Amino acid sequence: MEGIVGYGAYIPVHRIKVEEIAKVWGADAPSYKRGLMLEEKSVPSPDQDVITMSVQAARYAVKRAGIDPKKIGNIYIGSESHPYAVKPSGTVVAEAIGCTPDVHCADYEFACKAGSEGMFVSYGLVKAGLVEYGLGIGADTSQGAPGDALEYAASAGAAAFIFGRENVLATVDATASYMTDTPDFWRREHQFYPRHASRFTGEPAYFKHTVGAGKMLLEESGMKPEDFQYATFHQPNGKFPMRVGKMLGFTPEQIKQGWLVPKLGNTYSGASPLGLTAILDVAKPGDKVFMVSYGSGSGSDGFVFTVTERIKKVQDLGPKTWDQLNRQKYLDYGTYAKFRGKIHKLEVK
Amino acid sequence: MFAARHWREIPRRYRMEAGKCTTCGKVFFPSRLICDACKNKEFETVTLPDEGEILTYTVIRTPPSGFEDEAPYAVGIVKLGDVQLLTQIVDCEFDKLAVGGKVRVEFRRIQESGKSGILCYGYKCVPA
Ligand SMILES: [Zn+2]
Repeated sequence: MEGIVGYGAYIPVHRIKVEEIAKVWGADAPSYKRGLMLEEKSVPSPDQDVITMSVQAARYAVKRAGIDPKKIGNIYIGSESHPYAVKPSGTVVAEAIGCTPDVHCADYEFACKAGSEGMFVSYGLVKAGLVEYGLGIGADTSQGAPGDALEYAASAGAAAFIFGRENVLATVDATASYMTDTPDFWRREHQFYPRHASRFTGEPAYFKHTVGAGKMLLEESGMKPEDFQYATFHQPNGKFPMRVGKMLGFTPEQIKQGWLVPKLGNTYSGASPLGLTAILDVAKPGDKVFMVSYGSGSGSDGFVFTVTERIKKVQDLGPKTWDQLNRQKYLDYGTYAKFRGKIHKLEVK
Repeated sequence: MFAARHWREIPRRYRMEAGKCTTCGKVFFPSRLICDACKNKEFETVTLPDEGEILTYTVIRTPPSGFEDEAPYAVGIVKLGDVQLLTQIVDCEFDKLAVGGKVRVEFRRIQESGKSGILCYGYKCVPA
């Protein structure tokens, strides 16, 4: 039966605390921490981007899968921060992991849902028998405009999943997608920072679509929330995934393992996929996992997985997500601004 | 042309592919046409290990053009298997760098060719 044969996560080592950002803009840190349930976020180094983090995550996924990368038939990277405007991220990643030239490659884009799209289509191609193995990656190094609410959350990370037919570590038991045209968040061509419709990003956007896909998924699988050991949702802040979980009937205990956002921030296309890697790191054979992504614009993809016996053999073959999250180097706002290209050294000619 | 030169180096820069002499086993990175030990002209492609140790290092505070925003940064000669190579050591604290220190290879952006040129990727080391 088709499912995940390998997975990998990558989180940069640098962090900035909510207090450090709030201090610069005269904002009230405790109210951000309480209101959005955010403590700190990951920051990519100046030499890191969607391509470099995807390569790291994909290498760990190949290691866990234990396959010859030449057998990977497709590579789909979902992101809203692809380094090039024109030229796929997937070409570099495919070359770096050694799966060229017999491979189908495309970059995906759908705000924070692009990663789960890459997973969805990879799974579909495997199920259709068009490829032996399919690689789907969600990665972002998103930026919020200085002082904007997004600046407290927009962070960096990548998660990679290889789908296949044999030796799966988790089967895919059900999928669902739910999508409408909802302009809650966008970025126009040539604009550096995105814009959002503030409170409009909540009820008619995140909650409606996540609940929509979640209910379809429960119906499709014929399961109830209490049948699952774990659930993970898109996590733009700490509050939303906990609230949407409750709306669907899940408990905080089911959500906690994949709830990375208070320490990680919002990794956009990497968010719920990274939540899934954290769950797979500790899951036991037979565990059921519920996952629903969300991307502004708007839509959600959902998956139900059942973990198999093979999970025990692969968990230690790559760096674990919480271990990467708990290893951090803190930045002050000035260094963060330099790392993110907000300030540059004067070039003396 | 810059893009073409970078493209030719992809196997070495992206996948750390080296050449191993089929006669005496000496490993070259980058690979070469003739083995300097035994004059053999045949090499098999091998991949360097992704962990190694620092042989020596320095911190660059006055960088060459194109690297202004990166300074200060550390550069070291690192031993990976049978090969020694020059590479940046990133995500490190300078006062914790040491000869013999363990490092791990990560995939990073090496250089950008101006604001509109290609992005060059390759290997750097981080503390293991
Ligand atoms: Zn030789």
